Amino acid sequence: MFEPMEDLKQLYDAIVDGNAGRAKTLTTGAVAEGMNPQEILNKYMIPAMDEVGRRFEINEYFVPELLIAARAMKGALEILKPLLTATGAKPVGKVAIGTVKGDLHDIGKNLVSAMLEGGGFEIIDLGVDVTPDKFVAAVKDRGADVVALSALLTTTMPSMKTTIEGLKEAGVRDRVKVIIGGAPVTQKYADEIGADGYADNASAAVALTRGLVSK
Amino acid sequence: MNALLTELLDSGPVLTDGSWGVYLQSLGLQPGESPDVWNLTHPEMIAQVARSYVEAGSRVILTNTFGASRIMLARYGYGERAYDINNAGAQISRAAAEGKARVFASIGPSGAMLLSGDVTEEALSQAFSEQARGLVDGGAEAFVIETMSDLQEAKLAVAAARATGLPVVASMSFDSGKNKDRTMMGVTPEQAAEELSAAGADVIGANCGQGIEGYIPVCSRLRAATAKPIWIKPNAGLPQVVNGHAVYKMTPQEFSSYTQDLVKAGANFIGGCCGSSPEFIREIAQHLNKGE
Repeated sequence: MFEPMEDLKQLYDAIVDGNAGRAKTLTTGAVAEGMNPQEILNKYMIPAMDEVGRRFEINEYFVPELLIAARAMKGALEILKPLLTATGAKPVGKVAIGTVKGDLHDIGKNLVSAMLEGGGFEIIDLGVDVTPDKFVAAVKDRGADVVALSALLTTTMPSMKTTIEGLKEAGVRDRVKVIIGGAPVTQKYADEIGADGYADNASAAVALTRGLVSK
Repeated sequence: MNALLTELLDSGPVLTDGSWGVYLQSLGLQPGESPDVWNLTHPEMIAQVARSYVEAGSRVILTNTFGASRIMLARYGYGERAYDINNAGAQISRAAAEGKARVFASIGPSGAMLLSGDVTEEALSQAFSEQARGLVDGGAEAFVIETMSDLQEAKLAVAAARATGLPVVASMSFDSGKNKDRTMMGVTPEQAAEELSAAGADVIGANCGQGIEGYIPVCSRLRAATAKPIWIKPNAGLPQVVNGHAVYKMTPQEFSSYTQDLVKAGANFIGGCCGSSPEFIREIAQHLNKGE
């Protein structure tokens, strides 16, 4: 006999444990049983990623555990995506993310991207060495609600400021929330350049982004 | 122990060097430019950094090859020049050392993650082996695998360096977790000491991180976990933003006041990482000489 709650609790566990194969199988099974995809996502998958984030915050999980959980989440999400689109469900928000101009490092950016995706956001990944223009275009043409800027180098941090200025000049600054992060970046710097938020790690970035889009 | 290491360590803790990247920025390196490529395009500037550390009293200087693996260089369009850039980097440091300092060749992370499938173990091994060959051919006397956060990547680099027959320092950056005593990938000092020793590293270390104060307990833990010499090269704190630019505010005097704490905690090689300069090295030299 199929027991949806039991199976879905297992889906939750599979994501928390980063078991991608099992997460996919359970998601496919739940869909085949006629479970509502939005409910699978909101009641089991996103809470699983929140639990991953919580374990990260208390130092029970580190980056490797985050990554494998995000991978399991992504696999399961790919099964649900076409169904969610068909029902007209909207993502919680659209985030244009990139490493700022002059900076070619992407490990941090990719981590934040994976965690935001796991948190139910749609991601527009602009890559590395991203000019302000490209962020502006992502807002104007692709409807990003949030712009997420990453920098690893102290020398490229000023590109965060010029990106925010670029958004202002293009007249789209008021349409988006801007969040920043990266090894040398601080809350103080975020305040100084007029960003809407700063997160110290990939898990905190999800909570921050949720808070900003719900405002 | 290896003869070179024995000779260096015979007379007490060994003074290494400070940061290169921040120094190169003051010489005109632009954001988005690869510092390592300067070995080919601005060798005189690289030589100037190397010489300034020798003059400051460094008994070990590194090479400007931290990001010179084929994988990292490819991001800047210089992947094909990996061998030449490493070869030149080692030659420049050897010439600048003039026999007064030993040249430990720097190998940093590839910038790609094994775990997320950005790169394979095979590709990493090949890239580190190619880098090591360039460095040996250019005159490197030892290797420093540094600023690593992933143990697996560090071990592949150690294996590649070790295959040349030269001594190998393996150093990780402990900057994560609530006590800032784990690497970004969650590795503890004990795990690093154990696994890097098993992988064949001759010296175990901690560099970069979040400042010198936090590296005293990290150093003690490395010391307790291995009988091998310990290498410590911390950042000069974390950068602060002044007029839109990031500045390391810790002074050479403040930084060097921790010298004897590190020696007591078991450090055998001492220097600085990001934000430190020849002035820092001069100050540490005084503390080492005075034994205070």
